Amino acid sequence: MRMRALERKLLRDLGRLWAQALAIAAVLGCGVAVLIMALGVSDALDRSRAAYYERNAFADIFASVRRAPLTILPEIRALSGVRAAEARVSEFVVLDMPGRQRPATAQVVTLPEGRDTTLNRPTLTFGRLPNPDHPEEVVVGSSFGEAHGLRSGDTFAANIGGSRRELTVVGAALSPEFIYTIGPGSMMPDAASHGVIWMGQRAAEAAFNMTGAFDDLVLGLDMRTDERAVIEALDLILEPYGNYGVHGRAQQISHSFLDAEIEQLRVMAYVLPPVFLLITVFLVNMVIGRIVALERLEIGLLKATGYSDGAILAHYLLLAGLVAAVGIVLGSLGGTYLSRWMAGQFARFYEFPELIHSVSWTTHALAAIAGFAAATVGAVRAALSAARLPPAVAMAPAPPPHFNRGVIDRALDAVRMATPDLMIARSITRWPLRAATSLLGYALATSVLVASNFFPDSLDRIIDLAFDQSNRQDAILTFPSDVPDIAVEEIRKLPGVIQAEGNLSMAATLRHGHLEKDATLQGLSADADLARVVGENGVIAIPDRGLVLSDRLAETLEARTGDLIELDLPGHLADPVFVTVAAQVPQVLGLGAYMSPSAINAMLDRAPAVSAVNVTLAADEAAAFHAAVKTMPGLGGAILLADNRRSFEKTVAENIGAMTTIYILLGSAIAVGVAYNAARIQLSERARELASLRILGFGRGDVSWVLIGEAMILVVCAQPLGWWIGYQIAALMTRAFSSDLYVLPLVVQPATFAMASLVVILAAFGSVMLVRRRVDRLDLVAVMKSRE
Amino acid sequence: MFRTSALTKIYETGSVRVVALDAVDLTLNGGDLTVLLGPSGSGKSTLLNILGGLDHATSGQVWFRDLELTGLGDRALTRYRRDNVGFVFQFYNLVPSLTARENVRLITDIAPDPMSAEEALSLVGLSARLDHFPAQLSGGEQQRVAIARAVAKRPAVLLCDEPTGALDSKTGVQVLEVLDQVNREMGTTTVVITHNAMIQRMAHRVMHFADGRLVGDARITDRLAPSEVAW
Ligand SMILES: Nc1ncnc2c1ncn2[C@@H]1O[C@H](COP(=O)(O)OP(=O)(O)OP(=O)(O)O)[C@@H](O)[C@H]1O
Ligand SMILES: [Mg+2]
Repeated sequence: MRMRALERKLLRDLGRLWAQALAIAAVLGCGVAVLIMALGVSDALDRSRAAYYERNAFADIFASVRRAPLTILPEIRALSGVRAAEARVSEFVVLDMPGRQRPATAQVVTLPEGRDTTLNRPTLTFGRLPNPDHPEEVVVGSSFGEAHGLRSGDTFAANIGGSRRELTVVGAALSPEFIYTIGPGSMMPDAASHGVIWMGQRAAEAAFNMTGAFDDLVLGLDMRTDERAVIEALDLILEPYGNYGVHGRAQQISHSFLDAEIEQLRVMAYVLPPVFLLITVFLVNMVIGRIVALERLEIGLLKATGYSDGAILAHYLLLAGLVAAVGIVLGSLGGTYLSRWMAGQFARFYEFPELIHSVSWTTHALAAIAGFAAATVGAVRAALSAARLPPAVAMAPAPPPHFNRGVIDRALDAVRMATPDLMIARSITRWPLRAATSLLGYALATSVLVASNFFPDSLDRIIDLAFDQSNRQDAILTFPSDVPDIAVEEIRKLPGVIQAEGNLSMAATLRHGHLEKDATLQGLSADADLARVVGENGVIAIPDRGLVLSDRLAETLEARTGDLIELDLPGHLADPVFVTVAAQVPQVLGLGAYMSPSAINAMLDRAPAVSAVNVTLAADEAAAFHAAVKTMPGLGGAILLADNRRSFEKTVAENIGAMTTIYILLGSAIAVGVAYNAARIQLSERARELASLRILGFGRGDVSWVLIGEAMILVVCAQPLGWWIGYQIAALMTRAFSSDLYVLPLVVQPATFAMASLVVILAAFGSVMLVRRRVDRLDLVAVMKSRE
Repeated sequence: MFRTSALTKIYETGSVRVVALDAVDLTLNGGDLTVLLGPSGSGKSTLLNILGGLDHATSGQVWFRDLELTGLGDRALTRYRRDNVGFVFQFYNLVPSLTARENVRLITDIAPDPMSAEEALSLVGLSARLDHFPAQLSGGEQQRVAIARAVAKRPAVLLCDEPTGALDSKTGVQVLEVLDQVNREMGTTTVVITHNAMIQRMAHRVMHFADGRLVGDARITDRLAPSEVAW
């Protein structure tokens, strides 16, 4: 088929403008890629999770109780809306893994005997379920098994109720309950140090002294059942047996981490791509506007020969559309690649039997629509003006730009600038809108870099606050339930222990007016040296009376110092008590509520007790300490903070390395897109002027300066604005990313600002230098021969 | 002032070969006002551009005084233009973002011994238009600013390519008067390309070009004043 002339012109235009088109396409592509990655991955996680929950019957309600008889199960199953209920034994134990000097910990969960599990059904990755007649048989969590290279028939030891038991691996499994497995007190999953173990019901009842009883309950609800009604009913039923709390999926650890992750990705999809789309609008507007100005004569000719307004409009919109198409294709490819990479990252922390990798076509379609919309919005003004141009007017040359001497010029006279500088100043003051647009573009480029690179600064602060200042112990030894504080003395006697301090913590529900929040109440004595609460101005001593709340918790409850809080300590106190808020503290991890241990014990009307012991260790005696911990009776867990910190820092460093590279590319793409296009347009408008300067005897450097100088002045002036916008975006993101699990502190180091500016200024400089090569090659004779 | 030897310029565009200048030998004397005449495409602009250091010859040589232009690189040619040559084109080529005074300052800023911008503009009779932008000036006024810009550095030579081409006769005469005046008062060697054969009557010397060759060279003895030239 023969191409029509106008279509041919379209392709020629694109061929001639390829560098500018590519610079715009790159900016648009970045937006499309980020959109596809963020939406695609969050959607994939969401869908993978939903499918997994469905297939493996993930429970809706989770309850923990001190010890309840199995005889109450029929009553629970009879509650309206309850589809299924599984009573289980769930305990934390310390493990002695072969070939590992340090202890590991595990959560033991039981499986019913003689029938399939109706809720939270594990999916075996190899082997079989435990045989009820062989109490030593267990199934291990897949990642834990992998980290220790476990196969069917392997054995390891567990410290169960103070006695050492040999367990035999018969299989490994995944469970919707443990998509994300995190050890108590950890910040990151560490497969080797904490895992899940499934045991037969009878074996566990015997081992944990729970015959005929349970301490963990999961319920499945019918569709459209009011979760709160069931929770309230269950609360009442469990009350007599030491109810530690009943909650829905929202507070289930694995579920809530995944929720936070999905939410973060969504936030990213709503914050970053619009920046790129906005810049695409600017750039397309600038470039198509210039093309229409240059092609006035052609437009007049086309219209005079009978092309309709619509054809002209379509022609320029199509040109923008083609540029957008290139960007969308590039962005889709990049986004697909990024999604795959990101999904791979998630597969390291989130265990799915099947993680959906593919980005749905609706996401691609949405990204494409957004891309075309940006290009159309950018082009429509110029395209309309072309379509509306009456042929007679179009054929006459455009009136020369009008200059007037204004206030600024009188000011400039006073300075008596060199003439090329004057030309730069005039260009900026004559087209303030255009200069402002470029400036805003550079500022946005900087802001993207500031907003994305503040993460490392923020995480540094978390590490500093969480480890270096607040949790200075080397290890935490936990007990299954509170023990008399004499236990601290016993642990101090263990080999390698330098300091030992008691640590009291329990689940609590706090109420203020109609607001309610579950949190962990911690007892910290004023003279504690290892676990401390650190505020802006250093360590905060917990007062003898009253409650200290983390800022986030206080905010959630709308409580202030002096307010009365109703405190529920399920499993410890039958009736709520009222305590006054004594102080508030900023905090990065979790929802903290603190009291002095003596106040807690007095409130519970009991002798001093602890639920864990914090210790510092002598480095050379760590082996002896670890060996002792593995066999110490009555221990529920051992958290090694050094391990914790190492895995946190390692993961963070890896992720941040990759993300930083991506964001530098994104920021540079914007800077290049803006600088290159602005410079090319300037060159096309001023070629004649610049050639005149060369003829008059100005050197290449002087002449290029007229072009480069404007871009450089604008990019430098844009930096403070970019810092400010970036800081605002960072603030928005910290708020969106903060959850009950952690609060991202808003910390942006000067180095982050400096690095953002450096990248943007270099990218802009590189782009204008590319254009400078064209200035150097200006054909002086040809330019002078023609009228404008 | 200028001397050329077998000066040749060949344009090759694809398979087409155009000989714009065909072994031209000529000498231009200092202080003369020379008019170049010839049909369109005869090579006049090409010669002027090479003399002015805007273009490179294909072969042959050009000397400005003792300086061989044909041997110079880009940087040296820029320097040569800056120090010695003033250009006036048919399309005035003023910088639209600069006022008349500032357009002249473009030159006075970089020339070694310039006159002031005001002086140059008063020379062309535009003292009252110092702070006007090009868009606020008539064509003849714009061309006079261009001439002021060209002469402000007191150039040794002034090269004008159809300076009156875009002007009506009355304005054209004003421009010619300015050129004549500069030539007379400052002794500037001036070369003017024109299609208007009448203009030759005000020159010291007239050269005819055809097909890239110098086909006629005459001294004018009975010069007219510019105001007597009509077209
Ligand atoms: N850049 C170029 N590429 C190819 N040919 C060229 C180029 N510039 C000029 N020519 C050719 O060189 C020849 C001389 O051109 P030149 O511009 O010197 O003529 P001219 O005498 O100034 O004509 P006019 O009076 O119309 O301005 C012409 O035939 C022209 O077509
Ligand atoms: Mg010519």
